[in-house]
Amino acid sequence: MKQLALVIDLNVCVGCHACVTSCKEWNTSGTAGYMSDMNPYGKDPTGTFFNRVQTFEVGQFPNTETVHFPKSCLHCEDPPCVPVCPTGASYKRESDGIVLVDSEKCIGCNYCSWACPYGARELDAEQKIMKKCTLCVDRIYDESLPESERKPSCVMACPTSARLFGDVNDPDSEVSISIRENAGYQLMPEWGTKPANHYLPRRKASISIHKDELIRADNPLKKERQLPMPDDSDPTLDETTSW
Amino acid sequence: MHPAFSIIFLTTLIGAGQGLFLALYSGQLYSVFKLLPGENPNFYVAGSLLALLLLVAGLVSSFFHLGRPERAWRTASRWRTSWMSREVIVLPAFMGSVAAWGLIHYLGWNPVVVTFSENIAIDMSLLLGAVATLLCFTLFLCTGMIYACIRMLQEWATPLTVINYTLLGGSSGFILATVFAAWQGSGMIWFFGGWSVILTALAFITRAASLFRNARLKRKSTLQTAIGIRHAHIEQKAQGSMGGSFNTREYFHGASQGKYKSVKWAFLLLVFPLPLILVSVGLGSHTFGLLLAAFLVQYIGLLMERWFFFAQANHPQNLYYQTV
Repeated sequence: MKQLALVIDLNVCVGCHACVTSCKEWNTSGTAGYMSDMNPYGKDPTGTFFNRVQTFEVGQFPNTETVHFPKSCLHCEDPPCVPVCPTGASYKRESDGIVLVDSEKCIGCNYCSWACPYGARELDAEQKIMKKCTLCVDRIYDESLPESERKPSCVMACPTSARLFGDVNDPDSEVSISIRENAGYQLMPEWGTKPANHYLPRRKASISIHKDELIRADNPLKKERQLPMPDDSDPTLDETTSW
Repeated sequence: MHPAFSIIFLTTLIGAGQGLFLALYSGQLYSVFKLLPGENPNFYVAGSLLALLLLVAGLVSSFFHLGRPERAWRTASRWRTSWMSREVIVLPAFMGSVAAWGLIHYLGWNPVVVTFSENIAIDMSLLLGAVATLLCFTLFLCTGMIYACIRMLQEWATPLTVINYTLLGGSSGFILATVFAAWQGSGMIWFFGGWSVILTALAFITRAASLFRNARLKRKSTLQTAIGIRHAHIEQKAQGSMGGSFNTREYFHGASQGKYKSVKWAFLLLVFPLPLILVSVGLGSHTFGLLLAAFLVQYIGLLMERWFFFAQANHPQNLYYQTV
């Protein structure tokens, strides 16, 4: 069964928020209604986003590393938000595994957001309905777009290609290969939600070199010793060498 | 979790209404078997009206929790999977059966269905009351399971949640039944009062058990599993928003540690020992005022108890918001 998902490469994400703004730009004109902003130019701006980038500092000075962590709906294969919905507004598509909210059926009771351990759903403060990442369902099947652009807008926007999009159940897809070959992992696996989105960890190229591989500890034949200068009276290289 | 007052009022009001109905019906059942003096139908009519009033008030309150209350009718559709949907079906069904039970008493349309031995007659209202009792317990189950079924909220995911909702509703309702019996001058006052003491004591044991359990919870999720990085020192530097978001509002109670702790001790005092003393003294001295005070004091305590129930639940998504 097809399961569309994102693979987010934490090794290359630079935390530029291009995916956040691009997502908002595209989806605020989406079929589920606009994504409201409250107080956008005021003291405490807040609003609805499908995707946010957080930043974590791993380790202690001086051995620290800054990890930018994009966070959106993971389109779980076993989504806990779907069965709890009393109206059936929250559903998972059979055809491609995208988890969606029907904006016409949602009553804004927040119950699905309680069931999601990732906090991936946000109630729109103005429209009073639950909003979440749609995986740009209104882009990826749009045949009026060139095929190369039939991807979620966050994927299109990412300047470092930290976001990959595809079918994680197809073993030969780009996303499956990258998960398999780069140790892709799921968030909070302890809840058994089987998130479809995967994250690729920080990866560093390193090899193990032992000291004796750098300095030869044992050289009985003195093979690499600097050889003595030949005496001036010795024959030159052109004739015969003394060694 | 952020305590929602609409839900706090919903659960406490319908709990009292359900308990009151259970008290009245068990009084009727006891009197049929000649264990209690019988009551005239008007007693049950007034009682069922009071119970209905509480249930309707709870239902009205629940609408304030919905962003789109005009679509509330849709909530009855997913009863196969959603406990909330089941509650939405069972609550009106229970209200209907309580109304019918009261109406039967009011109209006197109460034919005897079966007669046991010589003087035990099972009439229509008794059968209808049995149906309502079944619906009443189903409603307690649904209300409790709405919270207990979310396994991510570990404080709620325990059978104790359902047991507490049932016993606290029963305690509140039986105390109200005692007040009601005192007001009506009914001989059932000692029956209601006695059971209200037992139920309050039982509720104290189970609520204390859940507090004890929750104080020793082992969290399944950590910041390490939340972002998938194995390191003992991870510090959040940015939460992805400047002025907060739904995530920083909905999942945090936002109260100071002092308020949080004082609510806990206040509800432990107001829900259990104070009403017990007031009911005992009120019963002994036949003082209506003390009994009414017992119900009101406990109701305020129950509001605090429900507030604490929400505030105590720590959602795993909070791991992504370390600096709230």
